[in-house]
Amino acid sequence: MNDTNGTLIEKTKEKSKKISEKESEAGEVEVFIMGKSYKVPAGLTIMKALEYAGYRYIRGCGCRAGFCGACSTVYRIEDEQKLGFDLACQKVVEDNMYLVQLPFVPASKAEYDIEKIKPSDTILLEMYPEIARCVSCNTCTKSCPQDIEVMKYIQMAVRGDIARCAELSFDCIQCGLCAMRCPADIKHYHLSQLARRLRGKYIDPKSKNLTKRLKEIDHRKYDDKINNMMKMPKKELMDLYKNRDIEAEESSNLGGD
Amino acid sequence: MMESISLVEKKRDYNMKHPVKPMSMKEREEMLRRYHPDYMKGTRHELRIGIDKGNIFYNGIIDLLEARTVIDSKDVDLSKIDYDTDLLIIGGGGAGTVAALFAHESGIPVDKILIVTKLRHGDANSMMAQGGIQAADRPNDNPILHYLDIYGGGHFTNKPELARALALDAPRIINWHENLGIMYDRQEDGEFQELSGGGTCRNRMHSCKDYSGMEIMRNIRDYARNLEIPVLEFCPIAELLMDDKGQVAGAIAFNLETYEYYVIRAKATILATGGSGRLHLSNYPTTNHYGATGDGLVMAYHVGANLLDLDTIQIHPTGDAFPEPIVGILSTEKIRGLGAIPLNVNGDPFVFPLEPRDVESAAFIKECKEGRGIVTPTGMHGVWLDTPRIEIIHGEGTIAEKLAGEVRKFKRFGIDLTKHPILVYPTLHYQNGGIEINEKCETRVPGLFAAGEVTGGVHGKNRLMGNSLLDFNVFGRRAGIYAAKYVKKSKIGKISLSHLNKYNKGLEKAGIKPKKTAPIILPEYRGEKAISRALDIF
Repeated sequence: MNDTNGTLIEKTKEKSKKISEKESEAGEVEVFIMGKSYKVPAGLTIMKALEYAGYRYIRGCGCRAGFCGACSTVYRIEDEQKLGFDLACQKVVEDNMYLVQLPFVPASKAEYDIEKIKPSDTILLEMYPEIARCVSCNTCTKSCPQDIEVMKYIQMAVRGDIARCAELSFDCIQCGLCAMRCPADIKHYHLSQLARRLRGKYIDPKSKNLTKRLKEIDHRKYDDKINNMMKMPKKELMDLYKNRDIEAEESSNLGGD
Repeated sequence: MMESISLVEKKRDYNMKHPVKPMSMKEREEMLRRYHPDYMKGTRHELRIGIDKGNIFYNGIIDLLEARTVIDSKDVDLSKIDYDTDLLIIGGGGAGTVAALFAHESGIPVDKILIVTKLRHGDANSMMAQGGIQAADRPNDNPILHYLDIYGGGHFTNKPELARALALDAPRIINWHENLGIMYDRQEDGEFQELSGGGTCRNRMHSCKDYSGMEIMRNIRDYARNLEIPVLEFCPIAELLMDDKGQVAGAIAFNLETYEYYVIRAKATILATGGSGRLHLSNYPTTNHYGATGDGLVMAYHVGANLLDLDTIQIHPTGDAFPEPIVGILSTEKIRGLGAIPLNVNGDPFVFPLEPRDVESAAFIKECKEGRGIVTPTGMHGVWLDTPRIEIIHGEGTIAEKLAGEVRKFKRFGIDLTKHPILVYPTLHYQNGGIEINEKCETRVPGLFAAGEVTGGVHGKNRLMGNSLLDFNVFGRRAGIYAAKYVKKSKIGKISLSHLNKYNKGLEKAGIKPKKTAPIILPEYRGEKAISRALDIF
């Protein structure tokens, strides 16, 4: 063991093993995984609780950090009326939680060639005509584990405001819970993918610096110098590296900007 | 903890005016030598088998390489080919997807490409990269400086031609992304908002809020889906196939849900299986996705490819240390790029915030080892990252705008980044080394190409921030292009798995008595209590 926390993690593991051996009631919660009762340590995420209980993930587990949308979970706390929606890797278990994960979302995606379509007012409606059937029930927004204003971006799409639709939907992790709950069968997360691509490609202004740099690279402006550096004795290259001026340092000396 | 936070607050004004200077090269070396796991006794040892016999790798990597092959050749019937394709791409993350797109652009028809992946298409570390992607496109910057940063950051151990490709292809990649419709953060005039990163001499980090990898990955995936490039999900590759001419000729896939195997014959194969964080080398928690178990290294080694720089790991300085449910998850380097600085229990700064990752991590470990870390109620050690500084520097609302993902993560636990610092400690983040490739992404085995985190040489012994998103794009593209060329002249002979028998015999000969098999495909996280009562009868 060679690391402060590494050692600690090992110790914590041993400790939790001891606790579980003693069948300690303290610090445990009861969860119902697809209806079956398990006692798990309080404070675990839903994902870690399932694993603690003996489940080994194939589906329903991806990045384990809230970016991939693989582990969308539907839950209900006993005696509560409302369903909850969240990511198993982010949400901590609660006592008397009944939960199930969504292994797959059967939502169809429009196919298009981004080079051939244009960001017109009606393009989103043409590609996903069902958005016109939105009844503004806001169920999509309520089911979003990212707290995105889903219904609002659908309304933007209906209006043809691609830029706003793209902006409001930007944090979407494409878990698909919105589409599974929608009474109008809208495929929100597929639609917003198209909106963002249209905005990125056609609406946002482009960089002139990049165009200039590409020309320079095409004319092989930097090739000789880099090739020289590749052949340079290591000592000389290290000096070059050491003595290069650092922009971040300059700006932090100026108090930062 | 609250007591220490009040010290952080009290000293904030003073600390704003007195920044810590970067270390000299000598100081960096000293810090690494004394506090980085790459330099610690007991973390690594000598490999006893195969082409890299005698090389020092991390213990957990050696365990895999000295394990028996997971497939026994006599259990597999090669007379029936389930998929006959031109180009097999192993891995549905960034590198694999980019490779597929450029192979198609280079003339391989869609139905002659097959992406095979362990989990879903896009379940990859690529999706999780937050901070951004480097490309030298501003007037005060250029690819030469980028090259110098890559090479110096890697302690001058990179393969120079790979570092050159990374620096020189970068602007072209950003341009490709623009044309695909990736939404980069821009100024009003259309120029990119570019931040600095650890070890870079210019601000050249292009970002998409703190969802940079997600925005790039979902966009290229959308493109691949529009083209209808076939993807086989939940079917990890267990071993590669070879033919009687010594070429790699496809692979054996394993359906995780039905336990069937599929024989895939291919004229060229690209390995894009990503990294190995889930091996928890040196007992670190990890930022990596669930499938990052180093499978590609193992199967490539079984066919005779060689490996580079696996005596190093990249620990990312700012893994979360509090609260417990998110321990090990990443807090993006962009937080420091925006002006937050690390502080110890006394509220004092102790390191320049943007040293290369290995140096920054070592400085955090030192601070904790010497008792100036903050200890959480569960016993984790960490140092503060003073996030409220960001809005003092850049104005109110910056955190919500630039760090939406981080805000969301901490909000669940009632932590407000604009008001309080966060607690961080290094976490296992990136596999610096891997399979050796050349500029064309060729390995030393004909027919086998590799790209992305599974490869070695691009970053040497330490990767800089913003160069991994760049890596999978640059080398994914090259792998696709050059594998497509290879396909056109390749002829596959009689396929076989005899190399596995040879490898297992080699283990015996070396006096190794393996207890395990590899690749391992998925990590084991089931609770001890459940495992101790498990029966293997069904």
